[in-house]
Amino acid sequence: MDLIRFITRRFLRLILTAFIIATIVFFVIRVIPGDPALIIAGIDANPADVQAIRVRLGTDRPLLVQYGDFLWHIARLDFGNSMISGEPVLKLILERFPLTLKLAIFGIAFSIVIAVPLGVLSAVKRWSAWDYFGLVLSQLGMAIPSFWFGIILLLIFAIKIPIFPLFGSETFAHYVLPIVSLGFGRAAIILRHTRASMVEELSKEYIITARAKGLTERMVKYKHALKNALLPIITVTSIELGYMLGGAIIIEQVFSMPGLGRLFLSGIYQRDFPIIQGGVVFVAILFSSINFIADILYSIANPKIRLS
Amino acid sequence: MERLVPLVSIEDLRVAFSFGNKEATVLRGMNLSVLKNEIHGLVGESGSGKTVTSTCIMRLLPIPPGKILSGHIYFDGKDLLSLTEEQMRTYRGRRIAMIFQEPAKYLNPAFKIGEQIIEMLMLHIKMNKQSACKRAIELLRLVGLDEKVIDKYPHELSGGMKQRAMIAMAISCDPDFLIADEPTTALDVTLQIQILALLKKLKDMKKLGVLFISHDLHLVSEIADRVSVIYAGRIVESAAKEDLFKNPLHPYTRLLMHSIPDAKKKGSKLATIPGQVPDAAEIGNGCAFANRCPIAKENCFTDIPGYVEYENAHTVACYYAGKIWEI
Repeated sequence: MDLIRFITRRFLRLILTAFIIATIVFFVIRVIPGDPALIIAGIDANPADVQAIRVRLGTDRPLLVQYGDFLWHIARLDFGNSMISGEPVLKLILERFPLTLKLAIFGIAFSIVIAVPLGVLSAVKRWSAWDYFGLVLSQLGMAIPSFWFGIILLLIFAIKIPIFPLFGSETFAHYVLPIVSLGFGRAAIILRHTRASMVEELSKEYIITARAKGLTERMVKYKHALKNALLPIITVTSIELGYMLGGAIIIEQVFSMPGLGRLFLSGIYQRDFPIIQGGVVFVAILFSSINFIADILYSIANPKIRLS
Repeated sequence: MERLVPLVSIEDLRVAFSFGNKEATVLRGMNLSVLKNEIHGLVGESGSGKTVTSTCIMRLLPIPPGKILSGHIYFDGKDLLSLTEEQMRTYRGRRIAMIFQEPAKYLNPAFKIGEQIIEMLMLHIKMNKQSACKRAIELLRLVGLDEKVIDKYPHELSGGMKQRAMIAMAISCDPDFLIADEPTTALDVTLQIQILALLKKLKDMKKLGVLFISHDLHLVSEIADRVSVIYAGRIVESAAKEDLFKNPLHPYTRLLMHSIPDAKKKGSKLATIPGQVPDAAEIGNGCAFANRCPIAKENCFTDIPGYVEYENAHTVACYYAGKIWEI
C-alpha cells in the first residue's frame, strides 16, 4: 500500500517536471532569434512564400494557441512532426535512442566496474598504493573533459595504433573508445563517493559489534560495511547516469555516431521546433524516470526509506 | 575457604595511547578477576578506563594509537594477549560476547535482527540456516521478544527491544563471559530495571560470568555480586557488593557513595568530589586520587599505594584505607 502511494506520488512529480521543462523549452526556442519558415524558404524567398510556410507550420498562430496545441499533443505523447522532413519526431527519436542509451549504459557500467571496487579498496586500505592510485585516477578523471579524452583516444588507438575503428557504430569495437571516454570522468566521481561512503561506514559503531561477534575482517568490511555504503553510491550512480546521457550526446559527435546528439544538433541548427521540443521533453522524462527507478532501488536496499 | 579459579583475570595491565609524540597511559596496572556465575560491576567516571579495559579483553583496542605496554588477560587459563588474531576470533562472540551502550548505533541498520543473529550461529557453531533460524527464534523468546522480531530491522524496534535483541545476539553462541558496557545508560529507568533483571536471569541460567560496566554506582548495586571501583586507569577498591556498601575503605569509594541521592536520607546534603580526574598524561608517581582526596598526606603524592587485602577478599589501594572523616 505504501509502495503504491510512493510510486503514485513520484509519478505525479515526474509529470510535473515534464510539464515545466516543456513550457520552458517551448518559450525559449521562440525567444531566441531564428524563424524556421525563413530557414526552410531560404534567403531569397519572397515574403508571401515565407508566410505560406508559416501557415503550413502553424507558427503564424498566436503564441498561446501554439502553446496550448503543443501541450495537448505532448499530453498524448505526440511530439509532432519534424518541420523539415515531416517525419514524426517520436519515430526519429526512438530510431536514434538505442545507440545513445547503449553508450550511456555501457558507460555507466564501465564506471561502476572501475570505481566501486577501487573506491572500496581505497577505503579499506587507506593511504596505501591503491588509495593513491585511485586518488590520481579520480583527479585525472575529473579534470579531463570527456570529448577531449575521446579525441586523444581516437588519435592513439584508432590512428597511431589502429586497434579500434575510427568512426561508425556497427560492431561492439566501435563502442569501446566512446564508452571509455564517457565512463572515465563519471568513474572519478563515483570513486570519490564510494571511498567516502565506505570510510564513513567503517567508522560506525556497528563495525565494533561485528568484530566483537567474531566475524572475519572480510565479513565485517565486505558484508556489514559495504551494504550500508552502497546506499549513497546508488544515488550518485543514478545521477551520473543522467549526466551520462548528456555526455553521450557530445561524445556521439566526436565519434561520428548517429545517435540522439546528431538529431538534436541538426534540429537546433534548422530551428526545427518539434525536434528540439520533443528531444528536450524526452530527455527530461528519461532523466526523471532514472531517478524514479533509483529511488525504488534505494528503498529496496534501505529498509528505512520505505516507511517514510 | 578455597579460592575459586577465576574465569577471567586481568593482571597488571598497562595500556597507553600515543598522539603524535605524546603518550598517555590510560590503564596503569589494571587488576580484575571475574568468576563464573558472577556479575562483576566495574564502576568509574567517564575516562577512567572502563571501556579500554573491555576492548582489551576483546582484543579490539585500535593499535595504534593504542598500545599494550605490559600485563596479561587470562581467560579460562589462556593469555588472550598472546593469541594470534585468528585464534582470538574463535573467542570473540563464541566464548566472550559483548553488549553496548547504544543498541541503536551498535546494531547494523541494513540487516534484519534475525540475519544478525543467524550469521553468528552459522559461523561459530556451523549450524545450517534452518536450525540457526530456529535457534534465533528461541533466543528472541528467551530475552522476552516476539518471534516476529526475527524479520524486523533495528529501526522498527524500540530502544528496549533493540537492547534485548542485542543481548539475544550476544548469548546466541552460549558464551562463558559477557561484557556489558553501560547497557542501560541509553534507556529510561523502567526499561533499565527490566534489562538488569534479564541479565540476572541469563546469568543464573547459563552460569555466565558478567563484567557489568557502569558509571552509576547505584545501578551496579542493583545487579552486581562483586564491585570494583576504577579511578584513572587503576582499580582502587574491590569487594563483594555487601562489604563495599557497608564498609567502603577507599576515600574515593566513600565519596562516590555519598554523592548518590538516597530516599532514606531526604534533606541531607549530597557530597561532591572537588576537582577533576587528572589528565592521563599528568599523573605522577603517587596515588592518582591524591589531588582530590580530603585525607591525602605527603606520601600519597610521591608513592603509589599497593593493594592491601582485608577479610573476604576486600582489597583496597590506599595508605589510609578505612579512615573516617566528616563529609
